Amino acid sequence: MMWRQAKWDEPLIFELSNNKGKQGILINKDERIRNEIKNMSIPKKLLREKAPELPNLSELEVVRHFIRLSQMSFGVDTGIMPLGSCTMKYNPKIEEKAPEITEEHHPLEDEDYVQGILEMIYELQNWFSEITGMDECSLQVPAGSAGEFAGVLMIKKYHETHNRQYKDEMLVADTAHGTNPASAAMAGYKVIYVKSNNEGLVDIDILREIVNDKTAGFMLTNPNTLGLFEEKILDIAKIIHSTNGVLYYDGANLNGILGITRPGDMGFDIVHLNLHKTFAVPHGGGGPGAGAICAKSELVNYLPYPIVEKVHGKYKLSKIPKNSIGKIATFYGNVGNLARSYVYLLGLGPQGIELVGKMSTLATNYLIAKLRDVKELELIAPNRPRKHEVVFSAKKLAETTGVTANDIAKALIDNGFYAPTIYFPPIIEEALMIEPTETEPKEELDKFANTLRKIVEMAKLKSENILNSPTNTAVKRLDQVYANHPSTITPTYRVLRLRREGKINYLK
Amino acid sequence: MDKHPWLPNLSSIEDMLKEIGVNDIEDLFKDIPKEVRLNRLLNVGKGKPLSEYEIAKEIEEKSSKNVKLKVPPFIGAGICPHYVPYAVKFIISRSEFYTSYTPYQPEISQGLLQALFEYQSLIAELLEMEVVNASMYDWGSALAEAVLMANRINSRKTILVPENINPYHKEVLKTWIQGKGLKLEEVKYDRETGTINIEDFERKINDNTTAVYIQQPNFFGNFETEIEHIVDTAKHKKALTIMGVNPLSLGLIKPPGEYGIDIAVGDGQELGLPLNFGGPLMGILAVRWDMTLVRQMPGRIVGITKDMSSNIGFTLILQTREQFIKREKATSNITTNEALMAIANAVYLSLLGKEGIRELAEEIYYRSHYAAKKLEQIRGVKKLFNSDFFEEFVIRFPVNYDKIHEKLKKIKIQGGLKLSDFTALFCVTEVHDKDAIDLLAATIEEAINDVETS
Repeated sequence: MMWRQAKWDEPLIFELSNNKGKQGILINKDERIRNEIKNMSIPKKLLREKAPELPNLSELEVVRHFIRLSQMSFGVDTGIMPLGSCTMKYNPKIEEKAPEITEEHHPLEDEDYVQGILEMIYELQNWFSEITGMDECSLQVPAGSAGEFAGVLMIKKYHETHNRQYKDEMLVADTAHGTNPASAAMAGYKVIYVKSNNEGLVDIDILREIVNDKTAGFMLTNPNTLGLFEEKILDIAKIIHSTNGVLYYDGANLNGILGITRPGDMGFDIVHLNLHKTFAVPHGGGGPGAGAICAKSELVNYLPYPIVEKVHGKYKLSKIPKNSIGKIATFYGNVGNLARSYVYLLGLGPQGIELVGKMSTLATNYLIAKLRDVKELELIAPNRPRKHEVVFSAKKLAETTGVTANDIAKALIDNGFYAPTIYFPPIIEEALMIEPTETEPKEELDKFANTLRKIVEMAKLKSENILNSPTNTAVKRLDQVYANHPSTITPTYRVLRLRREGKINYLK
Repeated sequence: MDKHPWLPNLSSIEDMLKEIGVNDIEDLFKDIPKEVRLNRLLNVGKGKPLSEYEIAKEIEEKSSKNVKLKVPPFIGAGICPHYVPYAVKFIISRSEFYTSYTPYQPEISQGLLQALFEYQSLIAELLEMEVVNASMYDWGSALAEAVLMANRINSRKTILVPENINPYHKEVLKTWIQGKGLKLEEVKYDRETGTINIEDFERKINDNTTAVYIQQPNFFGNFETEIEHIVDTAKHKKALTIMGVNPLSLGLIKPPGEYGIDIAVGDGQELGLPLNFGGPLMGILAVRWDMTLVRQMPGRIVGITKDMSSNIGFTLILQTREQFIKREKATSNITTNEALMAIANAVYLSLLGKEGIRELAEEIYYRSHYAAKKLEQIRGVKKLFNSDFFEEFVIRFPVNYDKIHEKLKKIKIQGGLKLSDFTALFCVTEVHDKDAIDLLAATIEEAINDVETS
């Protein structure tokens, strides 16, 4: 079956606009008010002299334009998006009823007006504490990386409160997500990488050597980004705790162990969750997501505020942990998306959530089995079971045929599949990181595996076909040099326009 | 459990296990030490998987525990009630947009990339600044990232912020800069005008100032009038300038680009997003056409390029600044942003157009001025500041605002944000008509009378 994406020669919205007398929405003007307030009294020097260069279009033109753009886009509702570590599972449609709880309400409304919202947040706080094995959660963080940042700030403040300012090193696994070292650096930490052994797991001997009095904490995910479970997690925890270090859990990979084991039971002290990954919030083409940051025992005192509490049967936003790091977001996080996760958990219940971990692990290992005989896709520690994801190395194929992981990705999208995550983690050459999740039917996994197999075969026979892909998408392979060169870089239409008018040149 | 609508493979378990070559799903978890296995069901949800019908009931029940207000809330403070056109809701409900991920594979995500490019472009025109990223979480975090940017550029340690900026943004800023050891210093505001005290600003700016932040209009809704002078002084001291803007006000007033501002921040919530109890919001971040600034920008940026057949195309640009490649040397840790909200902003601005944005800004101006005037007609009620304002304004009452709040509550009105015992900040937009404002004023008058006669 040949797949083709819609392809419209859709102009930029600015280029569609040519008629001054058009407007996509009428402004409701209250003439009674205009009759009373006749003039504006804004000081003249503050007034905008020239109207902003926005397009003039009718509603229909705006709608058609964006619908055409949507047709040149690909989401989970279009097909499988096996992006490892990004966990793109199906977003159940009933979730779109969830915003009914939150949409109309202002965050500073009287608490009596929003008891339904606060009750929902309160229940979710408790559910996420239960899921992670932590004592308390704050849902203030608008995304996973904001949760990570909150987490390392908590670690920092925790040590400062205990006069351990000398703890200025943050350990990060060499397989870790890029957000881990970035968050640690934003909090002012020196980042120390912990090398993996040849089984793809944290090298305990190296860890023992690295850990010292300066170690503030260790940011780890389990299962790790290779999809492997760190079996020695209790030893790792013991080593980190031996010098008062904090063990931090990156929740990005939680999906494969959901309901099977909990970070809290493994010895972790702080956990962040990416609700748009594990808890099925749609990712919106980049966001909004939602997050949670949870902590055990004395670290709960450092969580970002506010936390919802129940006082005499009423829900209140008044809880401020004693040593709180402060607020990460302007109000209470992405509450509209918290409501979507709430719906997701209602739909799964205790029995369903346990099956998420089991079925996503089953799907991953099934996909591996289907590709077992493709010799050009190599695995580190091939006999270990994977959890949420698997990372193949296409190094051998690249060496023999010149077809790289990136080329395989482009060939996959030419067949109507979104590509896996590529070139990550950096310790695997020509990495293809695939995460099928529990929501893809077996039939779809079969199709995906068969297509991947065919691409490898094609690479060996006639590699130019692969090197020229994609051709069935709205555009062919894009020029990244042109996109980023200081003489051609065009981040907005304004730059294009000013360059044409000769008003700007190189980005210097 | 043998079936569930979101778990399609429950009936294929045996076949899949056979292909893998194991007998039991448990075999796939044998690498997890027994000591850490949960071995019980989690206590989440309502004890069992709910059907869609039951879920809908739960949502309705939660919803009904909130109070339906008689008129939209008269409260702002960084997020304001506005009308959201159906076309905006309709387009961001297109599942190709809302169920997609960050466009790492540009060829298959052209529509999404073009929509984000158009968001950046529309905001660029509104701000008159050349480079806009594809969104931050919200205004507060955008401000924090702007300050961290300034520190990376000039290595200075103090950020100068006026007392009259949004205090919620200030709280976020304080949290985000603590790791880098930056210090926040506050500039006083003039008690009569509610605008920045220039003498105090001049006293406090020095060679340690990494950047000066100003908000226009400020937290009290007042227009700052000495922006040129502040920018000149900051430039003289080699400090960066960061300006926070209400994007709708730019239908009327001078954009940051015209002042030569280095970094502009703001919230796109007012451009087509519902209140959402404070999130998702939509952080705007833009800079001038200057590589030093662009190279230090956080977040994703979409740019124009061409494909192998020289067709125009769109892709993420400047990715070498990001954490995938730079790890601890990245400009920021942000990955997930607010892309779908950016598309909502793009649709909203496209619908409004050049003239619509001015008309809407004017309407908000007139309505907020009408409300202030109406309230000032009540005996003993005064506007706190004598500056001109947009959308929000501070009112001083002759009685404790709690008494007024109680009275408003009786008829399910959400009044202003209490700032002190006798003052409150009110927000009035195009969703508040004359009747709603008159009702607010009449109820407040009654509340004052009640106190005075009791």
